[in-house]
Amino acid sequence: MPTTEQMLWSALDEVKDPEIPSISIVELGMVNRVRLDDGCVRVEMTPTFVGCPAIGMIRQAVQEQLTALDGIREVEVVITMDQPWTTDRITPEGREKLRQFGIAPPVKGSSGSLVPECPYCGAGNGEVHNWFGPTACRAIFYCKRCRQPFEGLKPV
Amino acid sequence: MRVENAEQAKQSEAYRAALVDFLYQLADDELCLGHRDSEWLGLAPDIEEDVAFSSVAQDEVGHATYCFSLLHDLGEEDPDRIAFAREVKRWRNAVLLERPNGDWAYSIARHFLYDVFDDIRLEALTKSSYRPLREGARKIRREETYHLQHFRLWFARLGQAGGEAQERLAQAVNRLWSDVGGLFSLGRFEAALIENGIVPISGEEMRQRWEERIRPVMDEAGIPWPGEIFIPSVDGRQGEHTDDLSALLDTMGEVYRLDPNAVW
Repeated sequence: MPTTEQMLWSALDEVKDPEIPSISIVELGMVNRVRLDDGCVRVEMTPTFVGCPAIGMIRQAVQEQLTALDGIREVEVVITMDQPWTTDRITPEGREKLRQFGIAPPVKGSSGSLVPECPYCGAGNGEVHNWFGPTACRAIFYCKRCRQPFEGLKPV
Repeated sequence: MRVENAEQAKQSEAYRAALVDFLYQLADDELCLGHRDSEWLGLAPDIEEDVAFSSVAQDEVGHATYCFSLLHDLGEEDPDRIAFAREVKRWRNAVLLERPNGDWAYSIARHFLYDVFDDIRLEALTKSSYRPLREGARKIRREETYHLQHFRLWFARLGQAGGEAQERLAQAVNRLWSDVGGLFSLGRFEAALIENGIVPISGEEMRQRWEERIRPVMDEAGIPWPGEIFIPSVDGRQGEHTDDLSALLDTMGEVYRLDPNAVW
């Protein structure tokens, strides 16, 4: 069966973020466009953070994943900023997977508190401990109810 | 005037030359500072700042890398060569960013003074005539918001602590003052940059906006305003630098020079 664009999206959903392995690049909202033209694929992606060191690995994983599909002759991966990544692009499934992984999904929109709900107990009155965390896109928060520090994505 | 991509920019040598010179300014400021930030790793006063500085360093180096890729599209060398094998006189960073870290107060004060400038510059660039620069600036500014917030907090905190912390902060600001004016130089292509809409505002306008934003924070921190700001005699934007840059580049390129053709 010839590969369709829908199948390309499914294959991309198998490419995980090397730093948060439970979530895919599609769920993170990193894929802007996919175009299939006579066996040649062009994928336009945008990094979560401009200096994200994982982007090289992700690009390679995308190449490998798509090249393996039936009838795909060429895969071009283009990194673009024309639709910059924001945390609002994470899909509902992606948000749920982040939470299960122990990383609080980011607060949506730009109004109100920037501190997300605690991924352990769900309390909403936490505080910012450090806007900088183990990776560029994460921050450290503190839950005042269960008295635990937790990680969360910083809203950008 | 709108320039969509590198191909279009290359059609006018005057436009390309000014754009290239400016992209080096932007990249070199970020790379020098990112390198200085990385020098705090393992040495910052507490573990949270260690984490913060590693993250900030990574962001700054990433922003420089983005600019280097735009430069490469415009016909400049490969990004690694631009970063590690370029002669000192081809660097366009302001001298402020090549200075060694000094003490904690100096590092915090420099970052804060620079980040406010950077925010003003990025805001202007979101209206640049060059599309890749406009798009990059929009994204980078969202990230820099966190740096700005972080260093503003530390600046005020050191000042309000009084005692040795405030004294050191005041000394740091005094030392920084003779370099700070260099930020507002746009180099020898300033007229062309403005005329072509690459940078929509002048260096002088950036300086005025910067003063308006810095003064209230200085007041809050109890730091006296050190006086007039002028463009220093050694203008990094024109390729003039101090020995501090040579030392920085020596360290930064040490591994690269072992084998420039190595694939990482």
